[in-house]
Amino acid sequence: MKIEELEKEKNEGIENLPLEERRNFLKMGLAVTGVFLGGSVLSLTSVSHASNQSIPDTDIPTEGQYPYTKHYGMVMRQNRCVGCEKCVEACKQTNHVPDAHDAYRTAIQERRTTENGAEKREFRPVLCNHCNRPPCVRVCPTKATYKDPETGIVVMDYAKCIGCKTCMAACPYNARYFNAEKHAIDKCNFCIDTRLAEGQTETACAAACPARVRIFGNLKDKSTEIYRLLHTGDTKIWVLRPDTGALPNVFYMNA
Amino acid sequence: MTNTSISAIFDQTAEPRLATPGLNRATIFFLIVAIVGLSCGVLSFIFGHHSIYHNTREMPWGLLISTYAFWAITSTGLCIYAAMSHVFGGTRMGIISNRMVWMSIICIMAAFATIGVEIASPHRMLIYNVLSPNPTSNIWWMGTLYGLAVGCMIIEFAGIVTGLVRVALIVGIFAAIAEVLANSCLGGVFATLPARPYWYGAQLPIYFLTAAFLSGAAAAVLFNFLAYWLRGEKMSPTVHLGVKSAGKAMTLVLILYTVATFWRLVSFYVGGPELGRIAADALISGPLAINFWVLEVCIGLLIPIILIILSRLEDVGMMALAGLLVLIGQFVARYDLVVAGQIVPQNLGWDDLPSHFSYIPSIFEFGVIAGGIGVVAFGFLIGERVFGKTFTQKEHH
Repeated sequence: MKIEELEKEKNEGIENLPLEERRNFLKMGLAVTGVFLGGSVLSLTSVSHASNQSIPDTDIPTEGQYPYTKHYGMVMRQNRCVGCEKCVEACKQTNHVPDAHDAYRTAIQERRTTENGAEKREFRPVLCNHCNRPPCVRVCPTKATYKDPETGIVVMDYAKCIGCKTCMAACPYNARYFNAEKHAIDKCNFCIDTRLAEGQTETACAAACPARVRIFGNLKDKSTEIYRLLHTGDTKIWVLRPDTGALPNVFYMNA
Repeated sequence: MTNTSISAIFDQTAEPRLATPGLNRATIFFLIVAIVGLSCGVLSFIFGHHSIYHNTREMPWGLLISTYAFWAITSTGLCIYAAMSHVFGGTRMGIISNRMVWMSIICIMAAFATIGVEIASPHRMLIYNVLSPNPTSNIWWMGTLYGLAVGCMIIEFAGIVTGLVRVALIVGIFAAIAEVLANSCLGGVFATLPARPYWYGAQLPIYFLTAAFLSGAAAAVLFNFLAYWLRGEKMSPTVHLGVKSAGKAMTLVLILYTVATFWRLVSFYVGGPELGRIAADALISGPLAINFWVLEVCIGLLIPIILIILSRLEDVGMMALAGLLVLIGQFVARYDLVVAGQIVPQNLGWDDLPSHFSYIPSIFEFGVIAGGIGVVAFGFLIGERVFGKTFTQKEHH
């Protein structure tokens, strides 16, 4: 290995970091966070084992590590997204999201990059990651936001929200906004009240997507498409901001 | 000796020399500033916080949170010095500690007033902080402990003015402990958010406590100077020694705080998350650079150190000027800390976002800040008028 030659190599960026490296970094972050917050009591360990820390190279929990009866999550097949924003519209309609510029529960992010001399447009759908160790839930002074004990969905009890906005500051995903109509913080809840409660099996955004980018389902159920996507094949799977140790339940892949 | 008649107590504590038309006008002026300023914040409950304040989804916290932190931190500092003087008696600040307890109460009131109009639904806070507490939440602990501290300090102060020395002493210790823990939780609010690398880390709560020792000493020097300036009289040698002691503490902590600030910023440039480095860039060469270099570093740290050296800890006027500049620097430092933590987009690289968001506080936010200053100035003047003799007599134990 020659340093002189290595020096000329292009910086690969963090996108191409091996998952093992990410995993190690995450583990370190978890350890530091755990110690700093006073160990098991304060770091919500009841759900932290949902990350598969025993097997490297994966951000996906394995069987026996899902703490909820129905452990809901979402896979984003990112390369399929064309940025039509039908999901955003469906979400607004279904969940009565106010018509303000910064009011949204889900969004499509866009970036332009150059690949082999040609410009490339990429779209990335984002929403609440319904983390297993949700920073928003830990910081809320009044338990106005909490993990639904049955599904693991991070939900809001609007009547308890004091509007301190700490959950907004704590969220690594910019998934929360102040809903002036509710006078409380609002966020994606996987349509738990508007669709799941009525027996539907998909969120509004997933149902509206013409490219089937969003695959929603119970991560525990082996018969679901989301389980198949996450546990079969060797497609690279990643999560957003793994360094924060939040253990998200929204997974990204190109498939 | 315990007095039972309220009027008899006030007869003993009041300072009639300060009942001059000029000071009365100043007191009323600051009361009006407090009312008008805080009314700017009350408007947010009518027109919506989002319409009145310039906070956004991406930058939910701004000038009001930083100002709350500033007053709360100053209150902690004053309370700690007062308690240390009362308990150990070894510091010469004992003679000025009664005034420090009063001003600690006033500063925390300014903090509460500021955050009271920042929070969208404070009425829910009063209900659900009690009915639905979250023990993992720093905000919950901070609010509860500051509430406890202010309760203790009010009892402590009542003990001081009524001559219940033991009550004042014991409750004062609880007040100081609650203030330190609350301050630590305030640091923890920011320090335990891995999503914000500029805040995240074990250093921040200690940094906040250091800031409390700095702001508290600076406020002690400044308020004592002003108290004697108002009276138009020279400090007695013992009071002078007390103020000098506070000046010494301010000098020592100024150095510690400068060192902590230096290493805190260096740490972002030797590795670690990119978001933290870009946030630090905001202070070093970005949109917060003037705030940082001119107000935080020059006015808030370097010039005060020079002034203290020039004063040789003898010239109280010069030390008070240094204290004022330190407080200005600390005010800006809190603002820079709060803003820098959120200024870098979390999804940088997408949506053509700039490396730093733009945030300029609204006129209403500045109004609330003026209101907070009004509360402190009014509280100071009323305190001198009503309890002036308590502040100048020998410490109560």
